[in-house]
Amino acid sequence: MSETTPTSGAAGLRGWLLSPSPGSTLQARCQRAYLGWLALRSNPIAMTGLFIVGTLVFMAIFAPLLTATNGLKPDLPNRLQPFSAEHWLGTDQLGRDIYDRIVWGSRITLYIVGLVSVIVVPIGLAIGTIAGYMGGWVDNALMRFTDIFLAFPRLILALALVAALGPGLENAVLAIALTTWSPYARIARAEVLTIRNSEYIMAAQAQGASTFRILRRHIVPMCLASVIIRLTLDMAGIILTAAGLGFLGLGAQPPSPEWGAMISTGRQLLLDQWWVPTVPGIAIFLVSLGFCLLGDGLRDVLDPKSSDT
Amino acid sequence: MANTTSRAATGPFLSLPGPVKSILNMLLTLVLTFVGLTAVTFTIGRVMPADPVLAIVGDRASQEAYDKVYTEMGLDRPIYAQYGRYLVELAQGDLGTSVMTSRPVIEDIKRFFPATLELATIATLMGVLIGVPMGVWAAVNQGRLIDHVVRVLGLIGYSVPVFWLGMVALLIFYGNLGWVAGPGRLDVYFDGVVEPVTGFILIDAAMAGEWDIFDNAVSHLILPASILGAFALAYIARMTRSFMLDQLNQEYILTARVKGVSEPGVVWRHAFRNVLVQLITIIGLTYASLLEGSVLTETVFSWPGIGQYITTSLFNADMSAVLGGTVVVGTCFVGINMLSDLLYKLVDPRART
Repeated sequence: MSETTPTSGAAGLRGWLLSPSPGSTLQARCQRAYLGWLALRSNPIAMTGLFIVGTLVFMAIFAPLLTATNGLKPDLPNRLQPFSAEHWLGTDQLGRDIYDRIVWGSRITLYIVGLVSVIVVPIGLAIGTIAGYMGGWVDNALMRFTDIFLAFPRLILALALVAALGPGLENAVLAIALTTWSPYARIARAEVLTIRNSEYIMAAQAQGASTFRILRRHIVPMCLASVIIRLTLDMAGIILTAAGLGFLGLGAQPPSPEWGAMISTGRQLLLDQWWVPTVPGIAIFLVSLGFCLLGDGLRDVLDPKSSDT
Repeated sequence: MANTTSRAATGPFLSLPGPVKSILNMLLTLVLTFVGLTAVTFTIGRVMPADPVLAIVGDRASQEAYDKVYTEMGLDRPIYAQYGRYLVELAQGDLGTSVMTSRPVIEDIKRFFPATLELATIATLMGVLIGVPMGVWAAVNQGRLIDHVVRVLGLIGYSVPVFWLGMVALLIFYGNLGWVAGPGRLDVYFDGVVEPVTGFILIDAAMAGEWDIFDNAVSHLILPASILGAFALAYIARMTRSFMLDQLNQEYILTARVKGVSEPGVVWRHAFRNVLVQLITIIGLTYASLLEGSVLTETVFSWPGIGQYITTSLFNADMSAVLGGTVVVGTCFVGINMLSDLLYKLVDPRART
């Protein structure tokens, strides 16, 4: 969320952030972010999630500093070492340090998360907002189209798509994205329906703003909150599907330290060197859990109505 | 969740009475969804590969052989005609021939599908039989231990990779403790002893009176079914809890209590009956997603089901098998979802808007 620097000149900054009459758009935006942050901070579940996701980002950014090797080069004399001071999480069948591979693997996880979001959110927003704003037959046609995708079996379809496109991380992500965008179109449409007749939209229309401009400047920003919440909640499922495709050998290919592929290559060692496939599984679990918790918390903060607890 | 027909009121059948309209609308959605599904598999199978003819005849075939297959496949005709032909073939149950087993794909699927169905059915049963009472219990005791257990279970269900959990369970219960049989559906020496009548080994063995085989099958089934069942349980318990909480906060519950209805009566006869309808949808959704989601579990447990069939075919570049499997699983998935939606509309008058 937002960065705050509460130490230096706290009173001044806090006063500026909490002032009842903001003097500029920037100040108003910062105030909203700050209030959201305050609400999020008081929610321990969300903070746990934020901590886990933050750790993932930290690991991904500082991977070269946190590890001794890049986790790709075999070191056969040291293969299958258990946990030790030198190899915190042991080594795998090629003697590569598992801790190093997990840390470098966080970049791949983050890459999946980012790539899916970059594909899914614009498609969902575009289809949903256009359908909701235009109404009529455009709405009907677009939503029928969305319904079709909504009813598809995700994993099997992703499998078939990867089969056609060829195994690989990018193709796996593309397949996941193509089967994931439809709920976002629905959410965006639902949001648009609640605001399309509001006065500020009419004001924009009266000023002669083009449809595209109204959609982009006045409608899309209003849909973002619910889309982001849903995306965070869905992220666990997306990470699990990507890992599953990796496990089946259809996602990231072996030398790369993708966690699902690590489990797959370590599978034969389960009985004797249990840590080789187990550690990446725990990593996947923790990151998915982090996104779940963060999503739950964000929903409570940004959209208190729909909370189910 | 995927409530695909919630827009029933805005469809093109405005002049008809409510229930008829919503059912017609659903049928339209069903047809459109099926057209969409087959369009996707058609695109993957016939349009995406650089040259589908080469995939069949190989790159050393003569020009005549190439041309012959080219016309046989109807590739000289326009795309929509090819798609039409594909649909006709599908309707006749012709999914092509598997390169790997050199049998018609539909025959293969008939052999592999019951295993998946057996696994998913047992898992869903476990999820419903344990998950529903747990959810109700959690809702009645909101904020107590059981409530937290259901919440945590739900979170874990959303976050644990199923293939990893299966692997760890195999390690513990088969590798270390030896309580259950290992991967596969039966021990090798029992293979093929019982005539497959229904394809469900449990039923077939029981009908043949082969109780040794029945025990063996249970021992193989129990672990993968429990793993899948645990995910079903987590989801069903969580949804039951939240539906029950919705009901328990309504005024008619207060009325019932004021009238002196006993607490079990309030919970089960009043609140739970109203939840039942929503639960049907959730259970249908769970069953459908277990059918398609068992791919990973089947791989871990070497379970000879449709998911295993699709993935092995995939690695042998056997596209007609992959797409045939996709169409069959996809059809079941769409069918079950629609069926539970339809049931929901029939049972609950409030949904017939």
